[in-house]
Amino acid sequence: MLGFFQTGFEGLTWGSIVMLIIGGALLYLGISKKMEPLLLVPIGFGVVLVNLPFGGLMESIVAGKVVESYAVGGEPAGIIARIFRYGLVWEIIPVFIFLGLGAMTDFGPLIANPKTLILGAGAQFGVYFAFFIALLLGFSINEACSVGIIGGADGPTTVYLTNRLAPHFIGATAVAAYTYMALVPIIQPPVIKLLTTKKERAIYMKPQLRPVSKTEKILFPVIGAIIIILLVPKSAPLIGMFMLGNLLNVSGVTDRLADTAANAFMNILTILLGLCVGCIMSAESFLRVDSLLIFALGVIAFASSTAFGVVLAKLMNLFSKEKINPMIGAAGVSAVPMTARVVQKMGQEANPRNFLLMHAMGPNIAGVIGTATAAGIFLGMLG
Amino acid sequence: MAQEIVEVPITGKIISVNVKVGDVVEEGDILCTLESMKMENPILAPVGGTITELKISPEQVVEAGALLAIIEY
Repeated sequence: MLGFFQTGFEGLTWGSIVMLIIGGALLYLGISKKMEPLLLVPIGFGVVLVNLPFGGLMESIVAGKVVESYAVGGEPAGIIARIFRYGLVWEIIPVFIFLGLGAMTDFGPLIANPKTLILGAGAQFGVYFAFFIALLLGFSINEACSVGIIGGADGPTTVYLTNRLAPHFIGATAVAAYTYMALVPIIQPPVIKLLTTKKERAIYMKPQLRPVSKTEKILFPVIGAIIIILLVPKSAPLIGMFMLGNLLNVSGVTDRLADTAANAFMNILTILLGLCVGCIMSAESFLRVDSLLIFALGVIAFASSTAFGVVLAKLMNLFSKEKINPMIGAAGVSAVPMTARVVQKMGQEANPRNFLLMHAMGPNIAGVIGTATAAGIFLGMLG
Repeated sequence: MAQEIVEVPITGKIISVNVKVGDVVEEGDILCTLESMKMENPILAPVGGTITELKISPEQVVEAGALLAIIEY
């Protein structure tokens, strides 16, 4: 009987060992460096688990035979393969994460200064810039969309779109999106400094925004959802859930639901999303030249989104009497609230009177809407 | 002497105060740290001078626009 007992050692390959190291590195970044720990810890552990041979977490059945890794056309058999199929492929997890994000979002700064909506949209040019570079590098149009959307700095949107258009890239794009979100404080400052003078970075904006009434806060998600979904119908799943989550938060009568959406429900979905993304990263699907290219293009996407946001803010200054600090354009890259924090810190460095946080939150929130809308545009073209 | 009035920039909670009345500060020195929106935000001295009034203490919840300190320079 013992002769049939198989350990995992004999199944280890160089690829799986490299992936175990990558999984360990993601765990290290999450735990020791506190980089996006809520995602990188489950992703990193998922990578470790799935690359231990014969565990069967992602087993699929193809034409009556069991295969070790997830098969797009097969029947999921492993436990995580099932969650992956019915949670991610069926789009339930990323869409409902948007419900939680909505419940955690305060649209106040955006409503107080609607001009910042333009900045949130402006930063999405980086998505299209990276999209075109990916096309030039030989990626298919569907793959290029998935690579470009990384520039929106929005994990669930990236997972959602990649799953629809280029599911074989889901591990690489998700890990690129989440690690670069954590690296925002390193990626953004040089780009911002390159495009602004110290005098521009020191432009003073009065810290407080006008108070926003409860009625405005309630009307915004309802009217916002209607307008955006009429304009870009394919954004309905993400924008719809985002706005519903926000309405639960501001309505004043659904506190229990908002609390669950923003906390317990969100945490459950985050665990499942992280595990699924980690477990799709087996050696054969991740250790490819494409993955390296995706990582390189991800930086370009982040940097160009930052650049477009700043340039647009400078353009707006040409036409408006009241000058805005052009750095807040960089907060249109929607890694909430990381980009807003970068702007706040750089603003204080340039001028200790400055406190740009609330001004930066406007484009920051607008960036989330912008990226989900950009995903909807891609899906409308190709989905 | 000129006076610089420092106001609380956003509503939040003071988690630490780094100066006291009579202290001489340089422009850019940290006056206190304000926690708001789950972030710790340092509040900096807008000018160099002497703190003549300080209206905050640790754990205090402060409203945007409230007087934080007066610096004479």
